[in-house]
Amino acid sequence: MNTNLNKRIVVVGNGMVGYKFCEKLMAKQKNKGEYSIAVFGEEPRVAYDRVHLSAYFEGKSAEDLTLAPMEWYQEQGITLYLSDPVVAIDREAKTVRSHHGLIVPYDYLILSTGSGAFVPPIPGVEKEGVFVYRTIEDLELIQHHAKNARKGAVLGGGLLGLEAAKALLDLGLQEAHVVEFAPRLMPRQIDEAGSDILKTQLESLGLQIHLSKATKAITGSTAIAGMQFGDGTHLDIDMLVISAGIRPRDELAKLAGLQTHPRGGIVVNDSLQTSDPAIFAIGECALVHQMIYGLIAPGYEMAEVVATQLAGGKKTFQPYDMSTKLKLIGTDVASFGDPFLAEPECKTVRYENKAKGVYKRVNISSDGSTLLGGILVGDASQYNMLLQTTKNKSILPPDPEDLILGSRGGEEPGGGVMSLPADALICSCEAVTKGMICEQVQQGCTSVDALKKSCKAGTGCGGCVPMVKDLIQGVLKQQGVYVRNVVCEHFEHSRQELLDLIKMNQIKTFGATIDLFGKGHGCEVCKPLVGSLLASLWNENILTSDRATIQDSNDRFLANIQKGGSYSVVPRIPGGEITPEKLIVIGQVAQKYGLYTKITGGQRIDMFGAHVGDLPHIWEELIGAGFESGHAYGKSLRTVKSCVGSTWCRFGVQDSVSFAIEVEERYKGLRSPHKLKSAVSGCVRECAEAQSKDFGIIATEKGWNLYVCGNGGSKPQHAQLLASDVDKQTCLRLIDRFLMFYILTADPLTRTATWLNKMEGGMEYLRAVVVDDLLEMGTQWEEEMQRLVDAFHCEWKEVVENPSLRKRFTHFVNVPEKDPSIIFEEMRGQIKVKDWA
Amino acid sequence: MNHVSNEPINWHLACTVEDVPAEGGACAYIQGRQIAIFNLARRGEWYATDNQCPHRQQMALARGMTGCENEEPKVACPFHKKTFSLRTGQGLNDENCRIDTFPVHIREDKVYIGL
Ligand code: SRM
Ligand SMILES: Cc1cc2nc3c(=O)[nH]c(=O)nc-3n(C[C@H](O)[C@H](O)[C@H](O)COP(=O)(O)OP(=O)(O)OC[C@H]3O[C@@H](n4cnc5c(N)ncnc54)[C@H](O)[C@@H]3O)c2cc1C
Ligand code: SF4
Ligand code: FES
Repeated sequence: MNTNLNKRIVVVGNGMVGYKFCEKLMAKQKNKGEYSIAVFGEEPRVAYDRVHLSAYFEGKSAEDLTLAPMEWYQEQGITLYLSDPVVAIDREAKTVRSHHGLIVPYDYLILSTGSGAFVPPIPGVEKEGVFVYRTIEDLELIQHHAKNARKGAVLGGGLLGLEAAKALLDLGLQEAHVVEFAPRLMPRQIDEAGSDILKTQLESLGLQIHLSKATKAITGSTAIAGMQFGDGTHLDIDMLVISAGIRPRDELAKLAGLQTHPRGGIVVNDSLQTSDPAIFAIGECALVHQMIYGLIAPGYEMAEVVATQLAGGKKTFQPYDMSTKLKLIGTDVASFGDPFLAEPECKTVRYENKAKGVYKRVNISSDGSTLLGGILVGDASQYNMLLQTTKNKSILPPDPEDLILGSRGGEEPGGGVMSLPADALICSCEAVTKGMICEQVQQGCTSVDALKKSCKAGTGCGGCVPMVKDLIQGVLKQQGVYVRNVVCEHFEHSRQELLDLIKMNQIKTFGATIDLFGKGHGCEVCKPLVGSLLASLWNENILTSDRATIQDSNDRFLANIQKGGSYSVVPRIPGGEITPEKLIVIGQVAQKYGLYTKITGGQRIDMFGAHVGDLPHIWEELIGAGFESGHAYGKSLRTVKSCVGSTWCRFGVQDSVSFAIEVEERYKGLRSPHKLKSAVSGCVRECAEAQSKDFGIIATEKGWNLYVCGNGGSKPQHAQLLASDVDKQTCLRLIDRFLMFYILTADPLTRTATWLNKMEGGMEYLRAVVVDDLLEMGTQWEEEMQRLVDAFHCEWKEVVENPSLRKRFTHFVNVPEKDPSIIFEEMRGQIKVKDWA
Repeated sequence: MNHVSNEPINWHLACTVEDVPAEGGACAYIQGRQIAIFNLARRGEWYATDNQCPHRQQMALARGMTGCENEEPKVACPFHKKTFSLRTGQGLNDENCRIDTFPVHIREDKVYIGL
């Protein structure tokens, strides 16, 4: 290789891999100025994170996505030409010529021109409203067009197509379709059974999936109006994103007479040299081992290989693992190793749960000793472990199905991340091994952010972050450090420690808590947390003493803040039972204050659009008619839903309404780490949906079955049976214990389902503690609960009766006016908030 | 309080000290403008800013939660928890957002805001 002191290097393409090459080469430089680098980029901006391009729709700006700011290039002495593509290479003279006419000489030329979207030659692709999904500019165009579009489609059901389809949904289109030519989704990564499950999952997210569809034409005059398919069917749409694969940008190389592949790609050897030894190609434009690697990790590895060689070292590019995990789409999909291997080359274990939308497949070597590859759909939590097991050829446990079902002993197969060898690659984007991470943790980098800075782990696709976290915890545990989740910069304590401290010292204010156990003055993380602890422990009014200003906004005004700044009013309607008289009162109040009314999903009535200053008046009237606060604003008991039960229903076996009211009256106002919901059904038909609640009760012939830790929300989970055929008293005692155990030990903002999922020993342990009284805390917890129940007060009643509290419910302190910026519009005879600007 | 302008400051009586809860805020209507006033009692400091949050133009900062990040006094918008320095108005968790700040003057239990 050339031994000139000052090597002149020209990089064509300032994309992810081109940038990474510069970064790596600069890091290897022994003396400043050893290399003189010029970079040409066709795009108007500096290299950005294309992998997280979709985050642009979630509010990330172009700057947020930038890999390194302009100044970095200046500091490194790199000359950067943007919006100026290279148009010709003179291999004789060793110069490149740019679109603007610049001629720059090189000793080594690096082509990192990436790829463009492949647009199939379908008649009509040039129409308005047809887009590709590759650059920030593409996204800007899509976003703009989507404002006036209702129905969109994506052509292509691969990795990128599904990501684009999700983006269409998030942009607010009413319909989002995915049209795929192959008979299954993600044909390169998953098999038919996986695709079936994935399809169902995506459909439940609102995507419409069309498989085995050949698109014949795009219809419409100047703008797109629909897609015409080979089978004669037609789909009306007003925008289309094409995501039918990538096409390597090899046009410049071809023009310069370098060898390219007929199906695209600049041909390179395993040193990544093109047919001209002074020219290298890296990233998505390069064809190595007969293939294009369309992923970022192998691209970064190529950058490393060339940078090493230019710095005088030796390194070749080895066949690279193509395992992938799909991000963003709302359901997990991953494939690793060789996902498609089948008998007789290997043994395959499959697990399928249609109800839960989970499919898992592992391919195991015929002798049962190693893992060769697999597929995960619906639950990819084991992805990192399985990937490592495959890559490191770790010896498998005796029952290979443990790999996907989890060994019933509760431990992860093979013993978790800490059992991996030191050279196991954890972050494949940045080639960081377990050993490197552990060393950094030992030297004090004990947070993911610190590790990102010190060794770049987790800065690429981000897929390894959960493993990095586990490694941090693992190393700390090994060092004998007691691992705690501290609250924030103001409290070096976990929630549970803080709770114990407050309780032992009988503290009742935030001021005393921070003076005694914290430092500084608090923030939006620790204040509501302490507020919740004080409420859970003493159940005193949350707005008195110094507690009002530490409450989250909704608690502070005892109402949920709405778009526009008005509030909602939700009186408690225990068990969903209400008299006609009370219904009339709600109607009258809503009418008088001009409120929008709606039946909620929790069997009660919500009145929206109240001015902050009207809240005390509204509540005064409601309380006068016998209503109480519904705590719709608090991390506390919400509703106990009921079905009508045996009093009216021909199937009912117990009086579910009476029991629901009793349960709701008992736990109303109880503050907890997150909100609590319950329901009581009168028979197994389960019309009250008790099995989706934090605690749910279902009547049996002999008594009641108690289920716990269910959840709706974005990750629904069914409740599990805690006790069966118990009488009412026993049922309430068990709930007392269960709730106290939860309140005392859950992390902030953790629903019961997540709390259980994280609990060592799981449901068996929970049952042992609550039912069998393993910790012998049962009686104490029941007593504590009784004290909280006895301390109940209606917060709104206290505010209405207390002039100094009432005074705080006003928009302006100096004039009586209501907030003039709140503007309502009319819709179906009621008010509605004006949309965000 | 960074009031950078050569024009003389006009002081406006906004409210009394006890109108603004300790560690909290209140909103005053001054010359057609909604101003949020904060009483950081533990630090013995007062601040005033725009009441409108630049993120979604919500008139709500006075109802936000106050706190500090290291030494920097801040307020968190109740809507999506964007946080702002009360000294400079600079967005702390979103560099692209910032709010105006105004000088505050306390005399004989009265709060004056300079516009
Ligand atoms: C009003 C209501 C929708 C409706 O019109 O029906 C509603 C409205 C809100 N829900 Fe809900 N949820 C409502 C029933 C539900 C249900 C159905 C149910 O309870 O049976 C669920 C699923 C069940 C569950 O929680 O497990 C539900 C799951 C959520 C979640 C997700 C919780 C989770 O664990 O993932 C949130 C977000 C959160 O709490 O972090 C949420 C948050 C919210 C918030 C508080 C969002 C917010 O902070 O502004 C909404 C407040 C509206 C307001 O201003 O009053 N809401 N929400 C329902 C009120 C019921 C009631 O009478 O109190
Ligand atoms: C939406 C989306 C999601 C993705 N998600 C993932 C993922 O989850 N995981 C993953 O591993 N990969 C993902 N990828 C793929 C990943 O982004 C690419 O592998 C990576 O960007 C390739 O880097 P590159 O530098 O080779 O090409 P690019 O990043 O495309 O950069 C090439 C640059 O060269 C420029 N250029 C071309 N010709 C010239 C010329 N003649 N002169 C000057 N400049 C030129 C181009 O304009 C471009 O800026 C995703 C891609 C997209 C689009
Ligand atoms: S669960 Fe359904 S069937 Fe059973 S009592 Fe209730 S309403 Fe009737
Ligand atoms: S409106 Fe203030 S953070 Fe969104």
